[in-house]
Amino acid sequence: MGRNAAIVAAGQTDHVSRRLDVSIPEMVREAVDRCLGSKDLNPGQVDAVVVGNMELFEGINFPELWMASAIGAAGKPLFKLNNGGTVGASVAVAAAHLVASGLYDVVLGIGYEKQSEGETQSAITTVGDPAWERSVMAGAIGNFGVMASTYVAESGVTAEQAAKVTVKARRNACLNPHAHLQSPDITVEEVLASRMLAAPLRLLDMCPSSDGACAVVMAAPDRAREMTPRPAWVAATETAHDTQFMGDSPKRLARMRSLIAASDSVYSKAGIVDPRAELDVAEVYEPASYAELAMYESLRFCDWGEGGSLVDEGVTLMDGELPVNPSGGVLSTNPVGATALIRVAEAALQVMGEAGDHQIPGVETALATGYGGNAWTEAVILKGSAP
Amino acid sequence: MSTTPPIDSALRLEYVADFEYSYAAGKFASRFMDALRNEARIQGTRCGVCDKVLVPPRPVCGLCLERTAEWVDVGPGGVITGYTVVEVPFIDPMTGIKRPIPYGFAFVRLDGADTNIYHFLEESRHDKISIGMRITAVFKPAPERDGTLADIIHFRAEGPAADE
Repeated sequence: MGRNAAIVAAGQTDHVSRRLDVSIPEMVREAVDRCLGSKDLNPGQVDAVVVGNMELFEGINFPELWMASAIGAAGKPLFKLNNGGTVGASVAVAAAHLVASGLYDVVLGIGYEKQSEGETQSAITTVGDPAWERSVMAGAIGNFGVMASTYVAESGVTAEQAAKVTVKARRNACLNPHAHLQSPDITVEEVLASRMLAAPLRLLDMCPSSDGACAVVMAAPDRAREMTPRPAWVAATETAHDTQFMGDSPKRLARMRSLIAASDSVYSKAGIVDPRAELDVAEVYEPASYAELAMYESLRFCDWGEGGSLVDEGVTLMDGELPVNPSGGVLSTNPVGATALIRVAEAALQVMGEAGDHQIPGVETALATGYGGNAWTEAVILKGSAP
Repeated sequence: MSTTPPIDSALRLEYVADFEYSYAAGKFASRFMDALRNEARIQGTRCGVCDKVLVPPRPVCGLCLERTAEWVDVGPGGVITGYTVVEVPFIDPMTGIKRPIPYGFAFVRLDGADTNIYHFLEESRHDKISIGMRITAVFKPAPERDGTLADIIHFRAEGPAADE
């Protein structure tokens, strides 16, 4: 990186199944207002804007044109990203790079989705190459079912261990006023009794479909220190992609090649040797319960095959050694274009000490990840002191 | 700023899109689909560096960054490397028709290949499917084949019934 960059403010909407009361620009503006308002900032202080979503979900094109005024981007550099589920984390990484480059001092990053407005399961099949994978796709759920089966075979993880991830997520969500699905009384038995979607995945093993938006402000060092007493400094970022086809990776979910590449890279850049000991909190993009356990392994929180033990031992609970997704995670809230930015925003709130009821005490180092498409992964390390 | 209207007065705007697309499949897919349609052959390309056979065939090995060296036949037999039984309704984007559930859906590693392809299974009973199980491709009859991956109807357990 060139100079340092830090997140100084983060805001999001209260995520729900259907926001019938607002248009997309109105919903996005809500997140922007909450973000800027949290530090008494105003749109005039923003030098450039980066925005991302999944346009086909809503059947819209060029939406930044008709939301430019709402997000305070008129007359300013406005960059747009459109790279699947990971887009929100890419927005954060791009904003960090724009600031680090020295070209802009204050960059607003935005991610949003109104999944209620379109046909997301069919739209997601267009991720597949039309010649090869589209004619034999079974939507995100069929795809994840196959992926989860490879992880179960490799690690021996049980349905009970996966269910504990959902229970953790939906209970943590009760401490986050923005979370979509909050289930204070959810049990492992309830998850195991929920409707089978695509074995081994049951209804309560999967993330919901949400309407929502998220925004963060990324600033250069001098500006960051003016704007907030404790910025969340960007210590490392990485973007990694897998090869062309879903079946290329020999162990798919059990060895997530792009997540391994991205996380190893940010650990190295941030000088992290033992992530389980050195990270204070992680906000990971877990689209399904099984995926979170698999990610523990690829993120090197434990040895191969030990993801299930980690949740059994409570290591990743709110009061565990390494809390994972105190916000409630993707299993509780999933407006896709915003989802990965929410991971970064939540990690920043933890570092800034502004996470409210789901604040983990004394967070100095936080990890956030984004995931999408054919295993496209972003990883970000945020720290409480400038690198 | 005006106040938010009550929910029952919030206007919804309905829009139905009926767009049609026509994609060039490309040189590699065209050659693969020709062999599939005309000869019921499944092919991949071999990387001259890592020696891996990649299916679907492609011009470049993504990890070695080199052009692939040759075309090779794979399958029609193989093993299941991952699977599920889909029990949620899903509208097939290629046909617009809701697929009958449940159906088996798997990662298949064809004999001679080093990568997996997604495809459907004839079997939809969970306890009759397992990872490592041998299966074989069931092709549409020649006159019905149209040069898409759907020329393979599905994969079924290897055995006498599959021999034709």
